[in-house]
Amino acid sequence: MAEAHPESPIEKTPTGISGFDHITDGGLPRGRSTLVSGTAGSAKTVLAMQFLIEGIALGEHGVFVTFEESPADLRRNVLGFGWDVAALEAAKQFCFVDASQRPDEERIEAGMYDFGALLARIEAAVHKVGATRVSLDSIGAVFAQFRDAAIVRRELYRISAALKQLDVTALITAERNEEYGAISRHGMEEFVTDNVVLVRNVLEDEKRRRTIEVLKLRGTNHHKGEYPFSVNPQGLIVIPLSAILLKQKSTTLRITSGNKELDAMCGSGFFRDSIILVSGATGTGKTLMVTAFTAGGIEQGERCLTFCFEESREQFFRNAAGWGFDFEALEAKGDLKVVTDYPEIMPLEDHLIRMKRIISEFKPNRVAVDSLSALERVSGNRGFREFVIGLTAFIKHGEMAGLFTSTTPTLLGGTSVTEAHISTICDSIILLRYVEMHGEMRRGLTVLKMRGSAHDKEIREFTIDGAGMHLGKSFRNVTGILSGNPMQLAMAPADIDRLRDMFEE
Amino acid sequence: MADLQLELYVVGQSPSSQAAIENLRAICDGVLAGRCHVRIVDVLDEPDAAEQANILATPTLIKRAPVPVRRIIGDLSVTRDVLDGLDLNREEPATGEDPTHGGSAP
Repeated sequence: MAEAHPESPIEKTPTGISGFDHITDGGLPRGRSTLVSGTAGSAKTVLAMQFLIEGIALGEHGVFVTFEESPADLRRNVLGFGWDVAALEAAKQFCFVDASQRPDEERIEAGMYDFGALLARIEAAVHKVGATRVSLDSIGAVFAQFRDAAIVRRELYRISAALKQLDVTALITAERNEEYGAISRHGMEEFVTDNVVLVRNVLEDEKRRRTIEVLKLRGTNHHKGEYPFSVNPQGLIVIPLSAILLKQKSTTLRITSGNKELDAMCGSGFFRDSIILVSGATGTGKTLMVTAFTAGGIEQGERCLTFCFEESREQFFRNAAGWGFDFEALEAKGDLKVVTDYPEIMPLEDHLIRMKRIISEFKPNRVAVDSLSALERVSGNRGFREFVIGLTAFIKHGEMAGLFTSTTPTLLGGTSVTEAHISTICDSIILLRYVEMHGEMRRGLTVLKMRGSAHDKEIREFTIDGAGMHLGKSFRNVTGILSGNPMQLAMAPADIDRLRDMFEE
Repeated sequence: MADLQLELYVVGQSPSSQAAIENLRAICDGVLAGRCHVRIVDVLDEPDAAEQANILATPTLIKRAPVPVRRIIGDLSVTRDVLDGLDLNREEPATGEDPTHGGSAP
């Protein structure tokens, strides 16, 4: 059928931008132009530059056609990413075509014109460095330079066609007025119709959230929808959520929680590659669980990594010392790493990238996060959910155990936003609750969920002393603990036992 | 009045480039009575020169001297605009040409 006209399928060229090649399913179509459209400050220029820089690392030389910023400004601006453009220019791997407007010159239009000079310059530059990648940034600025939008549009179309003739992979940026609206100002998508990528910088709950969406890559596959991305000192990093979900292996290996009684409740410990959520009000013993989990791991010869977002290092170490663990010595030995930070120091996407980097470097067997809910503060709901999915998937993929804590907003009962987002993602949920009885506050623990295993379903009373957590008997004649309204039942304990036996599995 | 130093950037043999060369010649020979020095640059032959001068559109006429430096973009068919751009206030009667002739784009 296709033998008469053997159309070769569209090949893709990996951009080298972390995560972007995943959501484009292999990169940008080779020899084609891709329009990247976004509002002001949506990191279009960074993307356009990174496309060329990463290309050079892959042996593809690049030409940057700038309509907006001068080459001198660009060279300086991208130094922060560690991109030494001047050195690449000297090595004849990179070349600017400066089409930025010079404000000091007056311009007059008198008669018909075309962009023949620009085209000739681009062609000359491509030949000069043997470029196979070209970035044009951003074409909206061309419209500001000329009076007649119709001529500009026609000429840009010619340039787009000429780029195809040159067999270069091109990335063309354009402006948008709204995050969710027309693809671009000036209707530029009419020229570069084949491939469109949208970058967004959305204000959500007073926080900025960057996302990237591949709208179309004609004739080839790509991942649909918006993906969060971050601009950090290495450039732009896309976080491809769909890449990491549900691919992890599963194991029946058990590990200790650091507390023998709790291990027994869970059916001899947690699974090795499971995510455990510990939820409780402030002061119910969450940090103690983290400490025991960490110390228990080290005792078994495992490497442990703990992220603290609520307490300082000194506080965390002091608490651990109170329970008889010398974390300072363990850290000096190299089995333990404790990272403490205020959640507010960076956006959540950056936290995720940083945490993943630290995990990759330290290669722990156990990762604890105290607390996840503290990180809620720096993100909107959606961003937080993506963060949790990204982190849990990363931990599970590395066959590590993860223990996260979550602080409930109310002292009695209650659930937090954290739980709403991650309860389906984590494998085990342990609730720590205050129980008000006979005029005193007592503490109760229950294993709400334990994926893939039988577990004790009782609500057990526990106490905390200098040696740690001690699980006691279950609250037999109390009901309503989880909802925050404990009620004493006027039943004899024997009757309760009988009632319970009726429902025994 | 000092002589004009002009650079005209064109692309090969394209019709608008040829028109620009013709129109400029007419202005130089006519109103300016030869008091101009013109350098014609074909960007296909000298892309680096176009790069140096930051030329996007062709034809582009640059008036280097006397200051202010000014760019006149187009095939120079709208003589009145060209003369304005060259700071030649036309005290002399029009060259007989209809100034709006040439159909510049609106």
